[in-house]
Amino acid sequence: MSDLRRVVITGMGMVSPLGVGVEHNWNAIANGKSGIKKIEHFEVSDIKSQIAGVVPTTKDETPTDGAFNADLYMLPKDQRKVGIFIVYGMAASQEAVEDSGWAPTDDESLERTGVLIGSGIGGLDEIYKTSLLMNERGPRRVSPFFVPACLINLISGHVSIRYGFKGPNHSVVTACATGTHAIGDAARLIALDDADVMVAGGAEGAVCRLGVAGFSAARALSTHYNDTPDIASRPWDEGRDGFIMGEGAGAVVLEEYEHAKARGAKIYGEIIGYGLSGDAYHITSPAENGDGGYRAMKAALKRAKLNPENIDYINAHGTSTITGDAMEFAAVKRMFDGSLDSLSMSSTKSAIGHLLGAAGAVEAIYSTKAIQTGILPPTLNLENLSENCQGIDLVPKVAKEKSVTTVMSNSFGFGGTNASLIIRAI
Amino acid sequence: MSDIADRVKKIVVEHLGVEEDKVAEGASFIDDLGADSLDTVELVMAFEEEFSIEISDEAAKDIQTVGDAVSFIKDNADE
Repeated sequence: MSDLRRVVITGMGMVSPLGVGVEHNWNAIANGKSGIKKIEHFEVSDIKSQIAGVVPTTKDETPTDGAFNADLYMLPKDQRKVGIFIVYGMAASQEAVEDSGWAPTDDESLERTGVLIGSGIGGLDEIYKTSLLMNERGPRRVSPFFVPACLINLISGHVSIRYGFKGPNHSVVTACATGTHAIGDAARLIALDDADVMVAGGAEGAVCRLGVAGFSAARALSTHYNDTPDIASRPWDEGRDGFIMGEGAGAVVLEEYEHAKARGAKIYGEIIGYGLSGDAYHITSPAENGDGGYRAMKAALKRAKLNPENIDYINAHGTSTITGDAMEFAAVKRMFDGSLDSLSMSSTKSAIGHLLGAAGAVEAIYSTKAIQTGILPPTLNLENLSENCQGIDLVPKVAKEKSVTTVMSNSFGFGGTNASLIIRAI
Repeated sequence: MSDIADRVKKIVVEHLGVEEDKVAEGASFIDDLGADSLDTVELVMAFEEEFSIEISDEAAKDIQTVGDAVSFIKDNADE
């Protein structure tokens, strides 16, 4: 966004099926760990897909191995008033804000700090359970906290209340593109001088009976790997058969470059490109040849004033669906036709599943870690390349060392909504 | 009646996340125990559930303290 104010990342936080914390996550992902498991916390025996990326939990006050203790992020009495997606969002935001070192107390700074966190679905389990309760017991038993427990923008609301951030308070709902749109839109708010600092990202907690049944009915989920969950997510592999639902949250602190420099903040990277497009094609299937994804990537490159050959690594949408993977692959091939030899692309969904509205945020963080560490996260379970997915380095099975300075992160959502971010080393 | 008071206290502790000794008879849900207006709605629902009674919106308005709740329940519960 070079004609506008420059925007950099100064804090990162996440909760994923691999656990809590960016460092914990990165170590796990770089070592090829999988967070996908058999669903055990609700009944799935009558649902075709029975696996998911589930956040590991604990009640331990000093959790080990990245286990998530919700009490460390929200008082138990307050947890009862929110959907789990909000708790995940609070946890990721807390890590990101602490990581950034941004802790203003003066009015002006607080008014120049905003929050833009989205979710694909919001409080689905609350809607499900409250509907059952109302059906059984009538409307008088519906909790006064039901509505604010479900509303997607309430992640941004809770984060602003906790930290006193009085700048733009906004949210995004674009299904599986939510996290990417949230970061891109928040960056624009800073670029356009509506805020100096934004906490941005996505959160999802829809791994519940209704959620799995719904995506299963849409024939979107993997069904052949119920007994071998860790090999179920296999983007671009011949044996792929649908995505695996995941849950968690990712949050970044975005900051105007001079603002970050002036306070001596550590800077992870710069958001230099953001592109958006619509398919205008079908509610769940991507457009022919991944045309929408292609145009989102093209728009991001245009905004970044880069040529395709400048991109070193793509963190793909790569959900492990038969059509989606092939379409994205075709779009990338078309976009990067002249530089396929120097390009690497991988899908971290192979390790954590599809975090829906949180996916783009978590993946933007993984992409940024690739810049920082010079390690590209692997595409797990890529044993036999699909015939229509040949000709790009997809970092099969194990992480690889490669120095990268400019990375792209793609997200595409139901409804035909596409977003692409470009992050560069600084 | 102490049974009713204990059960009310337990509900208040659980829902408002306050220390048990703060839940005195005269304690106001909003002024002393940190509840907001939605918390008080939920508290009333919890009392209805626990004591199998119905508390009208009009009656609920007058239940401002722990003692108010105990005496309303005492007057209206069958048990």
